[in-house]
Amino acid sequence: MSTANQAGAAVSQRWPRIGNRSKRVLPGFGLSLGISLLFISLILMLPLTGLVMEVSAMSFDQFWFVITDPRVVASYKVTAFSALAASLFNGIFGLLLAWVLVRYEFPGKRLIDAVVDLPFALPTAVAGIVLATLFAENGWYGQWLSKLGIEVAFTPVGIIVAMAFTSLPFVVRTVQPVLEELAPEDEEAAVSLGASDGLVFRRVIFPSLWPALLTGVALSFTRSLGEFGAVIFIAGNMPYVSEVTSLMIFVRLQEYDYAAASAIASVILLVSLVMLFAITLWQARYLKRIEGR
Amino acid sequence: MTITVDGINKRFGKFQALNNVSLDIPEGKLTALLGPSGSGKTTLLRIIAGLESADSGRVSFSGKDVTKLHVRDRNIGFVFQHYALFRHMTVAQNIAFGLDSLPRKQRPSKADIQKRVGELLEMIQLPHLANRFPAQLSGGQKQRVALARSIATRPKILLLDEPFGALDAKVRKDLRRWLRNLHDEFHFTSIFVTHDQEEALELSDQVVVMSQGNVEQVNEPTELYARPDSRFVFDFLGQVNVLSGEVKHSRLTQGSAWVTIPGIEHQGNAQLYLRPHEVRLATAPAAHANLPLRIEAVSLIGSEVRVELRPEGWESEGSDNIWEVGISHAEFNQQRPTRGDLRYAVPEVGHLFTGKDTQPVTVNWDEADLSPRIRLIN
Repeated sequence: MSTANQAGAAVSQRWPRIGNRSKRVLPGFGLSLGISLLFISLILMLPLTGLVMEVSAMSFDQFWFVITDPRVVASYKVTAFSALAASLFNGIFGLLLAWVLVRYEFPGKRLIDAVVDLPFALPTAVAGIVLATLFAENGWYGQWLSKLGIEVAFTPVGIIVAMAFTSLPFVVRTVQPVLEELAPEDEEAAVSLGASDGLVFRRVIFPSLWPALLTGVALSFTRSLGEFGAVIFIAGNMPYVSEVTSLMIFVRLQEYDYAAASAIASVILLVSLVMLFAITLWQARYLKRIEGR
Repeated sequence: MTITVDGINKRFGKFQALNNVSLDIPEGKLTALLGPSGSGKTTLLRIIAGLESADSGRVSFSGKDVTKLHVRDRNIGFVFQHYALFRHMTVAQNIAFGLDSLPRKQRPSKADIQKRVGELLEMIQLPHLANRFPAQLSGGQKQRVALARSIATRPKILLLDEPFGALDAKVRKDLRRWLRNLHDEFHFTSIFVTHDQEEALELSDQVVVMSQGNVEQVNEPTELYARPDSRFVFDFLGQVNVLSGEVKHSRLTQGSAWVTIPGIEHQGNAQLYLRPHEVRLATAPAAHANLPLRIEAVSLIGSEVRVELRPEGWESEGSDNIWEVGISHAEFNQQRPTRGDLRYAVPEVGHLFTGKDTQPVTVNWDEADLSPRIRLIN
């Protein structure tokens, strides 16, 4: 309670003129804020409220029973593990891609830059079918991988591939602008002080990048938690082995058990929200330090 | 350490940034690279540092060729105009960076590094800010930290790229004085880039004037001011008044203005350059000069009264067509020149450029001695 009051006080100190129309220089505050709030309410908050309402119709025991069903719990594990693997992979590969796109000039750079957004533009089901075809035992990649004894399609590995595919742009697009803004002088200063390339990256470039990188990875992770279209075509969907949580929600919906579907969905929602909030808070603290606010 | 630059060429696309530049920078001296923007001064500094590579030519430190040596192995201190402090490190961590970066065998112990950082913080008079982050410092403080950081590993050479360019006038002056003391104490061989003539002349032991990728002149500040080698250097170092005209029978004429140039043999085009303090203002023309001017503005601020005048019946060279003359406050109180008054400029010493010659001839009109003399410098 007291922290809420303090936060309120801090806000009113920073913007002492809220509501004071005569002194505001930038016009349209009331209108634009109003429209934004309405939009957020209609598009974001209302469906979420519906979800919460659906869940609140259940008793806690019912709720607990649904979300701790062994098959559902297995799906949590599969989803969380795959999403973690996919987002870590994207963290590394996305950083590399962003680095190459910002730091080097080469023919076809524009094209690659555009292609990065493809997973966002492509219907995820299409992506899932394409990946399943490629990695199937007789597919282009699958036939070579199977010779090495690696099976991707219809296994948990396939889930990781699908998740990584659909959420790669998050990392690239959050890291890219930060990389572009890095002052070359910082690196020059470090090198003139005798630092090796590795040290420059570790101690000068990476500390500036990693708030953005972490955000990208977190976005990639939360997106992967809910990924459905791309995953179900390649996952194989074997109970306890390769079923993701979003599939469990879908199954419940097909059984017309809306309450159970909402209950499982609320778990995913909660995890995603907590994670995004935690990262935003942490990032604000870190940025406050280096920006001196 | 002496620095020798030999036949450096550098091109950015179609732009020739440096054109066969050769220079000797003496050991332990503070040298200024002075020039307008686009003159190549920063490029030259960056090539000396190794942050940029030359298309051709050589750089050597005390006779040792370092042209191909990487910047990290050149052991130089480099200070940037915008400080380039590491934002996510504290002041102390910033200063320690160079020492932390040394290869393990040469790296001092943690305690020694801490001690050295403490010394440097004392030296820049900011020990109380050791744990602050750069964003919490003022511009002047940041630049001091940047300086401390650059000299933490005790380099023999200190290179500064417009080190005071981003600071306001007062801090600039303080920091200049402080840098001069620092230099005198540690005996680096230092080079700093500036486009500020006053800064270059005040701070340095030697000034290198550059223009369009060429070195125009190298000399000590006082000599440079007194004896500029070319029209460019003359123009660039402070205010100058120019009478451009034709010489005929020892007289330089343009419109209603004329000046007798004693002993001159040249006929044809010539320009007479006069500094504001080399001219007096009189109410009647002198025997050797008729330079009518009308007063446009009088500025009383400063140790001298600055009078701006517009030529009457002739034209000055330069876009603003204005002459500037400095008179003492005593003179001002005596004469009370006001806007709109007609005055005659009386040159006492002048610098004559004839034809295509780049070197000026100094002309002395000694009024006590009625036979004027001409003196050749260089």
